[in-house]
Amino acid sequence: MSALLSSRVLDVLGDVPDPEIPAVSVVDLGIVRRVDDEAVHITPTYTGCPATIAIERMIRKALDDAGMRDLDIVIDLSPPWTTDWISDEGREKLRAYGIAPPPRGDGRGTLKAEAAVECPRCGSTEVEEISRFGSTPCKALMRCLSCAEPFDRFKCH
Amino acid sequence: MMSSGHALRDYAMRLGDDALVLGQRLSEWCGHAPMLELDLALANIGLDLLGQAQHFLAYAGALEGKGRDADALAFHRDVMDFKNCLLVEQPNGDFAQTMARQFLFSTWHELYLDALTGSNDATLAAVAAKGVKETTYHAKLSSEWIVRLGDGTEESRARVIHGLDWMWRFVDELFHDDLVDESVTVSGAGVARAALRPAWDARVDAVLADAGLERPAPRRGIIGGRVGRHSEHLGHMLSEMQFLQRAYPGATW
Repeated sequence: MSALLSSRVLDVLGDVPDPEIPAVSVVDLGIVRRVDDEAVHITPTYTGCPATIAIERMIRKALDDAGMRDLDIVIDLSPPWTTDWISDEGREKLRAYGIAPPPRGDGRGTLKAEAAVECPRCGSTEVEEISRFGSTPCKALMRCLSCAEPFDRFKCH
Repeated sequence: MMSSGHALRDYAMRLGDDALVLGQRLSEWCGHAPMLELDLALANIGLDLLGQAQHFLAYAGALEGKGRDADALAFHRDVMDFKNCLLVEQPNGDFAQTMARQFLFSTWHELYLDALTGSNDATLAAVAAKGVKETTYHAKLSSEWIVRLGDGTEESRARVIHGLDWMWRFVDELFHDDLVDESVTVSGAGVARAALRPAWDARVDAVLADAGLERPAPRRGIIGGRVGRHSEHLGHMLSEMQFLQRAYPGATW
């Protein structure tokens, strides 16, 4: 596939929002891995994420609407998705949406000594974890001790 | 002599059934957990496990080659055809008993999936690599709760001791290698269960020490889940889990 066509496909998919966090696209999140002659390759975020099926359908619809019916969607499980694949642009969009983005790096290595989290509203690092599991599998519930607002943190994974 | 194809199918099915049954058990807490955050935590752990189950069972179905997908295996198999370990089918009991089960299982599950990432079977290795990242969280959360309950009030301590005591007899099965395990392990696709015991013992002992708890008294381990000899609890659980697909086969949302 030509680089031009590949970038056209990525443009189309850049408008497909994540169904649970519509502020970011499936490309920002690194769910779309690559595009080749036959298919768009995607890697689901969490194995049990209920949004996976919705994401596949939304990508299918976006491709169809853009006249790219011939492109298949292939799910690659390996290598596994990591928050490290979220683009810098995606991280900024998350912060603006009120979700603290995950630190860079593979989640497993830093789990025992988790990196400092900044409140996405006031920037304070005086925060505490309320619950490791939040409204979706990818988020934890936090509270800022400076501005007293609760917020979501995208877990390093 | 078992053909290695059948062994690999059974192996994948066991991994899928462990995750499916525990995921279903955890979903029973939905709306009943002691507080909202725990409700979310238990539901999320259950969801992770259901996701893993879907991958392992889909693979088992593909290896079987009879056109059964993950849903067919989950909803249209009878209790004696389930191959999960006995630990995961045990009833939730109170919150402490549920956490005891999760702690014993997730500590093992993390070690097991971590080892399985080195499998020469690409699908098993990929699902394990994905799953182990989730399971690390499950082990951490449940370990913290064992400490909190054990080092908490007289009541919480008594309850977690009871919970560990109930679950302890099902631990040995996690480390029991039978013909299926051996066949798949020899081929380089599986993990030798017994070899994980020392690491598991060390982790569990460290958490129990933090919690100020003694290891439950040794007792004869009960095994049988891997070959379909289940406790009475699993049938009751399946009667609820499978009801809709049994009553209305093929129903979809």
